[in-house]
Amino acid sequence: MYVAVKGGERAIDNAHAWLAEERRGDVNVSELTLPQIREQMTLAVHRVMAEGSLYDPDLAALAIKQSRGDLIEAIFLIRAYRTTLPRIGYSDPVDTGKMTCDRRISATFKDAPGGQVLGPTFDYTHRLLDFKLAADGEVPTANHAIPQTADMPRITDFLNKDDLIQTEVPSDETPPDMTREPMEYPANRALRLQTLTRGDEGFVLGMAYSTQRGYGRNHPFVGELRIGTISVEMEIAELGFSIEIGEITLTECETVNQFTGSKSEPPQFTRGYGLVFGQLERKAISMALVDRALRWQELGEDNLGAPAQDEEFVLSHSDNIQATGFLEHIKLPHYVDFQSELELVRKLRCEAQAAAHKEAAE
Amino acid sequence: MTPTDIKVNARKRWMGLLAKAPATQLHTLFERLKSKPQHSWLRAPETGGAMVRGRMGGTGALFNVGEMTVTRCALRLQTGEVGHAYVQGRDKDHAERAAIIDAMMQTPHAGEVEATVLHPLAHGAAENFNTRAAKAAATKVEFFTMVRGED
Repeated sequence: MYVAVKGGERAIDNAHAWLAEERRGDVNVSELTLPQIREQMTLAVHRVMAEGSLYDPDLAALAIKQSRGDLIEAIFLIRAYRTTLPRIGYSDPVDTGKMTCDRRISATFKDAPGGQVLGPTFDYTHRLLDFKLAADGEVPTANHAIPQTADMPRITDFLNKDDLIQTEVPSDETPPDMTREPMEYPANRALRLQTLTRGDEGFVLGMAYSTQRGYGRNHPFVGELRIGTISVEMEIAELGFSIEIGEITLTECETVNQFTGSKSEPPQFTRGYGLVFGQLERKAISMALVDRALRWQELGEDNLGAPAQDEEFVLSHSDNIQATGFLEHIKLPHYVDFQSELELVRKLRCEAQAAAHKEAAE
Repeated sequence: MTPTDIKVNARKRWMGLLAKAPATQLHTLFERLKSKPQHSWLRAPETGGAMVRGRMGGTGALFNVGEMTVTRCALRLQTGEVGHAYVQGRDKDHAERAAIIDAMMQTPHAGEVEATVLHPLAHGAAENFNTRAAKAAATKVEFFTMVRGED
């Protein structure tokens, strides 16, 4: 029998009130401010902006505070907010070659023009806990040197000059936008890159790692990794020209992959590309590896049946908000569903028992 | 360059400077202006998202990277000049001040606005740029070759 029930309002209100109190924690400890989160939990802020697909450090800091540091919950809040924003326009494509680099390294050319600039990196740290940070410390200072004025050309440009790497063909064709139209498969590379750049860092990392371990191996080198700021320009219809509308931090990774050639392509290097909001190099490198793995068809490579070659599998499981929504909904009341399952199992058991009795009697 | 190009380039420069300016710094500098003209709205401040686009491999075909928050408005001064603003973030006062300055730069007050607001903004931005560039330069690797132990 189906009986509709209501209830729980009081319990829900009280649960939320308790959540608010727990969020604040011990009141003898001073409260976190948004500037503190923005300035000192910067990489968490960057991850929330990248996967929330909205560049706004103050909003990301608010979301992290509200979610008690649960970054997927914070990303959910940003995504929900994002849907309320009117779309003001599409920017001109950012020219990452003009990036003001905090960091720029190449694993393929030691003496690249512009040099190897490490930037504020965790690389080469010893990963030992620094107990000085547990105490109130002095303000650390960075060293300065004379700023470089020379350009930092793209590493892949060198290979491109000799035709040793596949050329990226420039095009101004309007790319599909997954925030406007539902996903369709097969997707093209533009749609794959949009999905990967907002995809869950852990998932994209896992997929990239699987290609390195042999599930669709594609021999990547980090041709270039750059992190820095770039001005975003947008054409303003009422003015009739483009203006800068802001400045964002981006991480870009270009991989150079071994390629022995195929029926349609000569032996040359191929590319994987990663571009993400914020300083997120693990994500950018992962994105480039997965991008390259998903290009097997266009390059005439074999389908090895590797998960990272399966476009629909990768793209439809990379979004942590979709995944969380579907996964966590099963904890919500399913009393009626379960009641019918229970009745079905009881009936099947009765039938099985009756059949067994009958067999025994015969 | 034609006179129109020069005018457009000058306007692009100050609009970009205003879009990227820290809202609090712009507020402080704006308050130092001797006269602040009255205005009427052509478009009240509105916050929205601009989709940032990139190119595959940095140079190839386009794709969508993600949105950034932008606030825009348009206004007309009593003297008739129209000011526009597109500024980063969600601060409506920031957009209003930027649009007033855009309009004032088309009036005889342009010199005062340039000296009081735009020049300090440009100076601050250049200083930030140079400081970061100096820190980056200090992390540039200087390779050296080890002497081989044969002689």
